[in-house]
Amino acid sequence: MLGFLAFIPRAIAQAIPLLFGCTGEIVTEKSGNLNLGLPGVMYVGAISGVIGSFFYENSVGEGDVNAALAVLIPLGCCILGSAIMGLIYSFLVVTLRANQNVTGLAMTTFGVGFGNFFGGSLIKLSKADLPSISLSKTSAIFRTQLPFADDLGWLGQLLFSYGFLAYTAIVIALIVAYVLKKTRTGLCLRSVGENPATADAAGINVTAYKYSATIIGCVIAGLGGLYYVMDYACGIWSNDAFGDRGWLAIALVIFTLWKADLGILAAILFGGLYILYLYIPTGMEHMELKELYKMIPYVVTMIVLIFTSMRNRREDQPPQSLGVNYFREER
Amino acid sequence: MNNTNAAVRMRGISKSFDIKQANIDVDFDLYPGEIVSLLGENGSGKTTLMNMLAGIYYPDAGRIFINDRQVQISSPAMAAKLGIGMVHQHFKLVDVFTAWENIVLGEEGRYDVSLAKKKIGEICARYGFDVDPDKKIYNMTVSEKQTVEIVKVIYHGVEILILDEPTAVLTPQETERLFEVMRNMKKDGKSIVIITHKLAEVMAISDRVVVLRQGRYVGTLETAKTDPQEMTDMMVGHAVTLDIERPEPVDPKKRLVIKNINITDIEGVQKVKNVSFYMNSGEILGIAGISGSGQKELLEAIAGIQKVDTGSVIYIDETGKETELIGMHPRDIRELGVALSFVPEDRLGMGLVGNMNISENMMLRTFGESHKWFTDRDKPRKVAEKVVDVLDVSTPGLETPVRRLSGGNIQKILVGREISSNPKVLLTAYAVRGLDINSSYKIYDLINEQKKKGVAVLFVGEDLDVLMQISDKIMVLCDGQVSDIVDAQKVTKNEIGLLMTSLSDQRKEEPADGQ
Repeated sequence: MLGFLAFIPRAIAQAIPLLFGCTGEIVTEKSGNLNLGLPGVMYVGAISGVIGSFFYENSVGEGDVNAALAVLIPLGCCILGSAIMGLIYSFLVVTLRANQNVTGLAMTTFGVGFGNFFGGSLIKLSKADLPSISLSKTSAIFRTQLPFADDLGWLGQLLFSYGFLAYTAIVIALIVAYVLKKTRTGLCLRSVGENPATADAAGINVTAYKYSATIIGCVIAGLGGLYYVMDYACGIWSNDAFGDRGWLAIALVIFTLWKADLGILAAILFGGLYILYLYIPTGMEHMELKELYKMIPYVVTMIVLIFTSMRNRREDQPPQSLGVNYFREER
Repeated sequence: MNNTNAAVRMRGISKSFDIKQANIDVDFDLYPGEIVSLLGENGSGKTTLMNMLAGIYYPDAGRIFINDRQVQISSPAMAAKLGIGMVHQHFKLVDVFTAWENIVLGEEGRYDVSLAKKKIGEICARYGFDVDPDKKIYNMTVSEKQTVEIVKVIYHGVEILILDEPTAVLTPQETERLFEVMRNMKKDGKSIVIITHKLAEVMAISDRVVVLRQGRYVGTLETAKTDPQEMTDMMVGHAVTLDIERPEPVDPKKRLVIKNINITDIEGVQKVKNVSFYMNSGEILGIAGISGSGQKELLEAIAGIQKVDTGSVIYIDETGKETELIGMHPRDIRELGVALSFVPEDRLGMGLVGNMNISENMMLRTFGESHKWFTDRDKPRKVAEKVVDVLDVSTPGLETPVRRLSGGNIQKILVGREISSNPKVLLTAYAVRGLDINSSYKIYDLINEQKKKGVAVLFVGEDLDVLMQISDKIMVLCDGQVSDIVDAQKVTKNEIGLLMTSLSDQRKEEPADGQ
C-alpha cells in the first residue's frame, strides 16, 4: 500500500510533460497540421525557460530571488521560444506549403540541437564541475506545494503535492476539450482540420486558424518542457535528459483518439508505465530485467497503435486532412 | 426583367491557370427571381466563372457588379456577405459533422444549438426540404447531402444561388424534387444559376440559357424560344447528331455467367448482395444505379482485384470451354481477354500512373508478356502511337506525363489501352465521365466497334439517356442488389429511376439466372 501510494504521485509527475505535449499536439492536429516537431518544441520550451532563469538567478547572485519574477521570466521565455518554433513550422508548412513530415522531423532535430547547444554553453558559463546546470532557487518556487498538502496525509500526497504547472496542465486539457466540443471556435477549428476547402467556402480563415492552432499548441507543449526541468528534474538541466517524452506525447494523441480530456487519464497511465520498472523488484542478480521493463511504455504504444488502427467509427479517425497542406486554387 | 436592376452583372471576366485560359472576356447577367442555365461542354469554363462569383477564384481581369454596385469578391466569406452561395459538384461538407454543424459553420455570433435547429426547421418547412439536423453526413445519401448544402446556403441568407451540376448524382425522382425546391425559391425572389450539360433539364427548369464555349461567351437564349438542337450546336460550335447508333447484336452467345456474387468490404458493409446475371458476346449490357450501389466492387470482382465472399464467375470461350474466374490471378484473367477500364471520379486514381508518360502507361498492361531480362519499350510505344492517332488525343508528345493532359484525353488513353488489348470481355465504368459531347461520342463509337467484333461489353454509365440508347439490356442495381434486368428499347427513364431506388417485386420471384 505504501509503495503504491508513493508510486501514484511519481506517475502523475511523470505524466505532466506528456499531458502538456499531448494537449498541445491535439490542438495542432485539429487544424490539420501534423507537427512531428513536437519533441523539438518541448526541448526548446525547456531550454528557453532555463536560459531565462539562469540569467535571472545569476543577476541576483547570492541574494533571494523575487518569487513572481522567478516564475514569470522562465515562463515568458518558454512561451516565446515555443511560440517561435510554432511560427517557423506554420510559416514553412502553411505559407510555403512544405511537406509536413519532413518539416516536423527537421524541427525536432533542430530543437534538440538547439537545446543541447545552449545547454552546453550555459554549462561552460556556469563553470560547474558536473555537466549540468542547477537552478535550485527557481525550481523551489516552481515546486511550491499548496500549504495544506502536508496536513492531509496520504490524500494530500496524492492530490496536492504538485507544483502549479501540474494543475495548469490539467486545467488546459479540460479547457481544450471544452473548446473543441462546445464552442463555435472549436467547430471552426475542427472543420479546418477535417476539410479546409469546406471551411474556406464557409468563410473561415483557414490560414489564421492553422497558424494560431499550431502556435498555441506549441506553447502548450513547450510548457511541458518547462515543467520537466523546473519541477520534475528539480531545476537541473543536463543535455538529452528530456529523452523521448515528446514522441510518447505524439503516441498519446493517437491513443486518446484526439480527445484532450481523455488525455489526462492516458497521460497518467503512460507516466506510470514509464517509471514502472523502478517498482518491479528484480533483485541484484537480474539487473538486465530492468532494461526489459523500460520497454513497457513503447510496447504498450505499439499494441495500442495496432488496436486503434483497427477501429471503425468515423468519429475516431484522425482529422481527415491531417498532414495535407491546403491551397485554395488547386485544381 | 428590367435591365437596370440586375442582381449580378459580370463584365469582361478573364481567368487563366498556368497557360490554360479558362475564361476569356466573359459577360454574364442574372436578374432577381429568375433561373439561368449555364451551359457548355466540359472545360468550357462554366464552373470557373461561377467560382469567381463565389469567391473561390479571383479573376485576372474584368468587373463584377452586385445589385449595380461594383464589388471585389476576394473570398468565399465576402461572397456570402453579398448573398452569394454556391453548391459545388463535390460537396463542401465535413463528413464527421452532423447536418446542423455543417449548416451553422461559418456563422458568427452566439453559438446557440437550439436556435440554429429551429431556424433550420423553418427553412425546411418553407421550401419543402427534408433534413434531419442530427444526422451525420457520412450516413447520408448523395441527395440528402445536397439538401444539406442547399439548406446551408439559404441559412446564411443567400439571394443568389449557384448550383454546379446538381443533378449529376440524382435519380430522376430526386431531380424533380430539387426542381420543385428551385421553383419555390424563385417564387421567393431569389436568383438561381444552374450549371449543367443536360439539355432536358435546361428545358425543364430555366428561364434563360447562357452558353459558353472554350472559355468564351457564345450567346444567350430564351428557353421558351429554343430547342435542344440549337443549344447543342451553340455549345459545340457546329452541328452534331445527338443519336447514338445501336447495331443489332450479331450471333450472341453466353460469354460470362455471374452467379450469386456476395461482396463485403473491409468495413464490414455488404456492397454486393447475391448478384447474378450473364453477358452475351456482341451485346452491350448497361448497368444503371446510384453511384456506390456496388458497381465498382462487381466489376473489380470479375477482373479478379476484389475478393468475393461467395459466388462464381464463369468465362465461356468461343469453343465452349468454361473457366471459373474466382480465385484466379488478375493477370491470368486479363490474359483470357477480360479487360477492365474503370474511370474513377478523380480519373487518375485507377489504371494510369500520373507521373508516367503515355507509352509507359501502355506498358503497365504488357510488361509481363515478354519474359526477357529487359523490358520491351517498342511495342507499348506503337500502341501509344495508335491510341493517340485513332482517338485524336491532344498531347504535346508521347513523353508527356499523363497527369498534365486534360481529363478527357486521360480517359481516351485509359479506354484506348483497354480496347487495344483486343479483349473478349470489356468492362467499362464511367467511360465518358466528365467528357464533352465530341469525345463522348468518339468513345461510344469505339465501344460499338468492339460490340460489332463480338466482344461482350459491360457499360456502367451515369447518364440514363445514353445508357438507354447504347445498351441492349440494362441491369439496374440498387443497394448492391439487382433491382431488375430490362430491355433497353422498351424501358422508360422513369422506370429505371424507380428501380434505382427500390427493388422491383417481380424480380424477387424470378429464378436467379432467369430470362
